[in-house]
Formats: sequence, C-alpha cells, structure tokens
Amino acid sequence: MRDKYKRIPIPVRYLINALLCAAFLVIVQSFISGGSISRYQSGILVQIGVYIIMAVSLNIATGYLGQLPLGHAGFMSIGGYSCAIFMMRLADKMGVETADLLIPGLIFGGCVTALFGLIIGIPALRLKGDYLAIVTLGFAEIIRVFMLNIDSLLGFKFTGGAGGLTGIPRYSNFLNVFISVILVCFFVHTMMKSRHGRAILAIRDNEIAAEASGVNISYYKTLAFVISAFFAGIGGGLYAGSIGVMDPTKFGFMESIEILVMVVLGGMGSMLGSISAATVITVVNQVLTSLSEYRMVIYALLLIVVMMFRPKGLFGTYDFSLSHVMERLFNRDFPKRKSKGARK
Amino acid sequence: MSLLNVQDIHVYYGSIYAIKGISFSVEEGEIVSLIGANGAGKSTTLKTISGLMRPRTGKIEFAGADITAMKAHKIVAAGLAQCPEGRRVFSRMTVQENLEMGAYTRENAEMEKSMEDVYYRFPRLKERYKQEAGTLSGGEQQMLAMGRAMMSRPKLLMLDEPSMGLAPLLVEEIFEIIGELNRSGTTVLLVEQNAQMALSISNRGYVLETGRIVISGTGDELLRDDKVRRAYLGG
Repeated sequence: MRDKYKRIPIPVRYLINALLCAAFLVIVQSFISGGSISRYQSGILVQIGVYIIMAVSLNIATGYLGQLPLGHAGFMSIGGYSCAIFMMRLADKMGVETADLLIPGLIFGGCVTALFGLIIGIPALRLKGDYLAIVTLGFAEIIRVFMLNIDSLLGFKFTGGAGGLTGIPRYSNFLNVFISVILVCFFVHTMMKSRHGRAILAIRDNEIAAEASGVNISYYKTLAFVISAFFAGIGGGLYAGSIGVMDPTKFGFMESIEILVMVVLGGMGSMLGSISAATVITVVNQVLTSLSEYRMVIYALLLIVVMMFRPKGLFGTYDFSLSHVMERLFNRDFPKRKSKGARK
Repeated sequence: MSLLNVQDIHVYYGSIYAIKGISFSVEEGEIVSLIGANGAGKSTTLKTISGLMRPRTGKIEFAGADITAMKAHKIVAAGLAQCPEGRRVFSRMTVQENLEMGAYTRENAEMEKSMEDVYYRFPRLKERYKQEAGTLSGGEQQMLAMGRAMMSRPKLLMLDEPSMGLAPLLVEEIFEIIGELNRSGTTVLLVEQNAQMALSISNRGYVLETGRIVISGTGDELLRDDKVRRAYLGG
C-alpha cells in the first residue's frame, strides 16, 4: 500500500526548495534596493538571520543530541572575535576590502570556535544533565572575562578589552546572511537525515540502547557538539559584521539563555521551531528595546506559559516539509496515513 | 573452541566488589542461562561482556578474539549483540526506525532481509511499523528491543531479563521466540530471574550468588537440583 502513494523524487524536492529560497531572496533584495525596506528594517532582518543560525546550531546540541549546554554565547563570542580580527588584519595586510574576505573569515571563525567546542566538549560530555550545564556555563563566563582582560593583562591590542573591538566594517548584509542561513539549515537538515544524524538522535532517545546498537557514543556526542560550536562561530562572525562592535559583556549568561529560550520555545529538535522562535524573539526584542529591563521577565513568563501548555515547545519535533504537503495534496483520494507529524 | 569464553573476571562498581571471579563459556548453538537473585551480578556480567563495563582483571574471548578491552560499539560490530535490561527502545523513533538502528553496524543492502526476518518472527511489530516506539505496550517494546538486537545478525545474542514485568502469557511467547531463534542458528546467552522458564529452554545454566558462580550444570540438572529448587523455583 505504500507503493501507491506518489512521492516527489528527491532532486525535484531540492529544486523546488531552492527555487523558493531564491525567489524569496530576490523579492526581499529588490525591496531593499527599491527602498521599500528601510535600512533599519533590513538591519533587523540581518539580526533575525544571525539568531536563526544561533538557534539552529544550539538545537543540534540541545534538541537532537539531548544535552543542555548553557554556554552558546561563549561560542558566539569566540566566533565573532576571531572572524572579525582575522578579516580586519588580513584585509590590512593584503590591501583588499574587508568584506571580500567574508567566506574565509567565517570559515576561520567557525573553525576556531569548533576547536574550542572540541576542547570543552571532550571533558564536558562525560558529564550529564546539570553538570554539563554548569561546566558550559562556566566556560562561557571564562571566555567573557578572558576577552575583557586579555589585552590589559598582556599588553596586546587585540580584543579591545572592556571598550570592545570597534571599527569592524559592517560586512553583513541581508544577502550574505540569508545565504548563510540557507546553507547552515541545509547542512544540518541533511546531516540529521543521514546515518550520522540517526546515531545522534538514538543517543538522545536512549544512550544505553544506542551503545548496544553499536553507536560510538563518545564520538557522536563530541561530533554534534563541535558542529554546534562551528555554526555558532559562523553566527558570531556574522553578528560582528552586522553590529560593527564586539562588546565582550554582551555574551554573558543572559545571551546564552536567550538563545536557549528560542530553541525551547520553538520545540527542541525542530528546525522550523528554532527558525520561527528566533524570528519572533528577535523582532520582539527590537520592539521592546525601551522595555529592556523587563525583557527577562517577559521571557520567563513566556517560558512558563509555554512549558505549562505546550511542554514540547510550539512545534514539538515537527518539521515542516513542503514536499510532504504537496504529496498529500496529490494523493488526496488516498487514505490518510496514520502518522502525521515528524517524518525524519 | 567456545564461541564465548569468560575467564576469571573481577568487576567493581567504584569500590563495590560486584563480580568476584566468574568463569564460564558458551558453545556455538547453545542457549546458556545465568540465573540468580537480585544483585547476584547477572546483569553486571552481561554489561562487562558487551563492553559497557570493564573488568579489573580477567579475560573475555569472543570467536577466538580477545574483546576484554574492546569498545562497546566495536564488540557489536564483531557479532555480539546485547538486548539491554528494561526494554530500552528509542522511544521517539518509529518501530521501523528502531529496527534500522539495530542494523547500524551493517550494510544497508543486507538490512532488508533481516527486517523481513524480524517482522516474520514478530508480526505484531509489522502491524505497528509506523508507530512511535514509546507508545507500544511493555511486551511489544520487549519484542522491539529483541528485534533490534537481531537486526545486527549477531553470532551471539545476549538477552538481559527479557521477561521482566511481563504478563505470564507474554513471557511464554517471548521464550518460545527465543527457542525458535536458537533453532535457526543463533547462540543465546540469557540472564533471567524467572529461573523456571529460563532453565527449561536452556542447554546449560549457571547459578550466581553475590558475584560468584555457585552451581552449574545442564538445564535439566539445575531444574532438578534441590538447592536450586529451594532457592529459585519456590519448592
């Protein structure tokens, strides 16, 4: 009975999705150049993109691997600093525009962050639950304090210390952030559908059963954590280029919590959830800048309400798939399949 | 040469001395039971064989190779599958996906055939192949956990308390399936508290008490043994 259900071949699915993304990009881009979207508004779009990358990357460790790291802002900070410093220094030496070095810069930032992810991940992932949360929290604080003090301590002119790293060219724009978001989401999506992704999900569901099935637990835990850090670094790099300043105090505990709220609110293990929650929260943040003191109160209330009424987050583990919706439309006369919801 | 050969293993949980020198062997084609009360060290022995725990001293050989220090995932790939205690299924994956995970160490091409075999032995799983494993009943989850272990086509299948918490009728069904599996060529190492059922299908058995083997013999011998009867069979 499964054979009669018409399916869209995978290359066609990718083509449809790619065309839709391209169409969205062209439309928004033409609005921006036409002036219908103001500079302020396109700035918000860039912020949304940055936080989508942050939430999707944290979702790898939280939603898919099932751990609770509380130091994602630390990774964002490392990525931002390393990417910005690398691009500025190299652009000076080579005498080119900083923005031209965006791709190597982001990759460099991602790799440095991934390296830190590896260093912190190997010991931290031996711990579980609360302990992992505490270790990663401590790690992010160390990064924050390190960035604040390293210059004055060693006499470098590197991170700009407490004054922040200023004068970063604003190399992030809607175009490159949007493309980054698509690439990150595409990579994470395909990874989670692969054999490796299945292994990561198996660890989340039941570590002992995963080990008994022959999954190399420590390898996949570390791998997921490192990939999560890598993309957080890329998010940080784009962030640096969107604001133009790296202020070390920004990447404290609250920032990590904010990203975590996005993941939890959207639904742990749902990419659609991470994307929509990141969008909503970033927009709300912009609207509520005047209420910044109360923001944390609003977050807390929001979380309590969601946890009471939808403990799995807004989308649970559901992921939207246009192809599946289309398939269902084509097969309307076909008896409805029993399992709706997440098909990974 | 024995398929599995455990030589004088000593295992500790931190400072607690759990296994105090156990030696036994499993020959190809046999069903061997480890029976004993709670805390006798049955599950610890299985965990040590499958690489989830390490013995402080002693040696474990499987199919002629020393697996004492081998990592758990490599031991599975070598053909020694464990079905852990307490129906550990991947609760948020479907039945089909659970079985696919069982074949994780193998090529995709070989998977289809094993899947058919598992569905043939557990028709109830086939009916529910799209259902999330967490929503299955206790007995179905046990079947799924066993089916998943079978998916790796093990030379030796280790089952940890397959009857735990199941209704008597289901227990019988599970043991029948274990017997059938064995007849079709899988060697089975069984850990059970339900000594009666376990011994009645076993070729040989070992009785564990506080980390040591106290009695061993064929299944029938143990069933008739006075000490075993008094301690484990209720008369």
